[in-house]
Amino acid sequence: MKGTEAFQELLPLIKDDEPVVHANGFICRESFALKDREANFYMIGSMGLASSIGLGVAMCKPEKSVIIIDGDGNVLMSMGTLAMIAAEAPENLTHVVIDNEVYESTGSQRSLSGQVKLEEVAKSSGYKNAMRVEKKEEIKDAFLKMKESPGPNFLLIKVEPGFDPSTGRVTHTPEEITQRFMQAVG
Amino acid sequence: MSSLTSQSFINRLIQENYKFFTGIPCSLLSGLIYELEGQQDARYVPAVREDAAVGLCTGAYLAGAQPVLLMQNSGLGYSLNAFTSLNLIYHIPMLVIMSWRGKDGKDAPEHIIMGDIDKRLLETAGMEYSLLSETNCDEVIQKANKKILEEKLPYTLIVEKGLFDERH
Repeated sequence: MKGTEAFQELLPLIKDDEPVVHANGFICRESFALKDREANFYMIGSMGLASSIGLGVAMCKPEKSVIIIDGDGNVLMSMGTLAMIAAEAPENLTHVVIDNEVYESTGSQRSLSGQVKLEEVAKSSGYKNAMRVEKKEEIKDAFLKMKESPGPNFLLIKVEPGFDPSTGRVTHTPEEITQRFMQAVG
Repeated sequence: MSSLTSQSFINRLIQENYKFFTGIPCSLLSGLIYELEGQQDARYVPAVREDAAVGLCTGAYLAGAQPVLLMQNSGLGYSLNAFTSLNLIYHIPMLVIMSWRGKDGKDAPEHIIMGDIDKRLLETAGMEYSLLSETNCDEVIQKANKKILEEKLPYTLIVEKGLFDERH
């Protein structure tokens, strides 16, 4: 499955009021292009921090189901944050990783996730549920089942590289992203 | 006027509605963290690295909290990209309490360079700060609140050795 197909499966499963924190690069560009939402936080820089930002939102909004959409390079950069998430253990957090095994937005240099199973790292760190899916037909069941059980949850979606390079950048200014996200999250 | 202690300072921050704390320990901040760990009205979340702590504060702010990051000045290097590519451009504030190792070149070798350049790094990045002292607590908290609540930008309070008690 291509990365775009994973997003096409995943995004319709997210409810309107659910805060979603997106990693930088193609992750936020793809999500923005397919379905822009007020409750989407798009990171244009600060690689590696989507996970810690998502943790902060989940801890301070325990009544909301919070989703992180991360990339393999981001998770590898901030592997220690997996320990922070596991230690704080917010039940309302689902950490989705779109894993294409490359740093695609900078020219597809290889990452280490071809050799290192990130869902096993998450499981060992102490996430309540951690699994990988490799077929797009599996995404819906896996994601919805995870959201029903107390987290923190970790869903790794293996994809082939091949985001469409013509996918635009997020057009909101950083300040607009902050303001509309905060209004939506309340 | 009562003198500044770890307890009085943390209580003061809580009064100002700073109730979400995270960070990476420094011996100069150990009294503050000890005080936080016993607090009912605030939470302290141990972070693994300073940039992850900036991320955590960012998320907490986006969800309505007034976050505080505690770190040694050595953590400024790790966190500077987060400040410049996230907080300063998204207008996401936090109170940073940063210890000053390497002051006047009198410290272990690893602290000397950062102890010399940390304030210039903050200035270069356009990040305002004050040196916290026994007597200026009200004044610098007012400055910090203005920056954080009105301009929605980070503000740093620098803590020298000996200002707070140390717990080893």
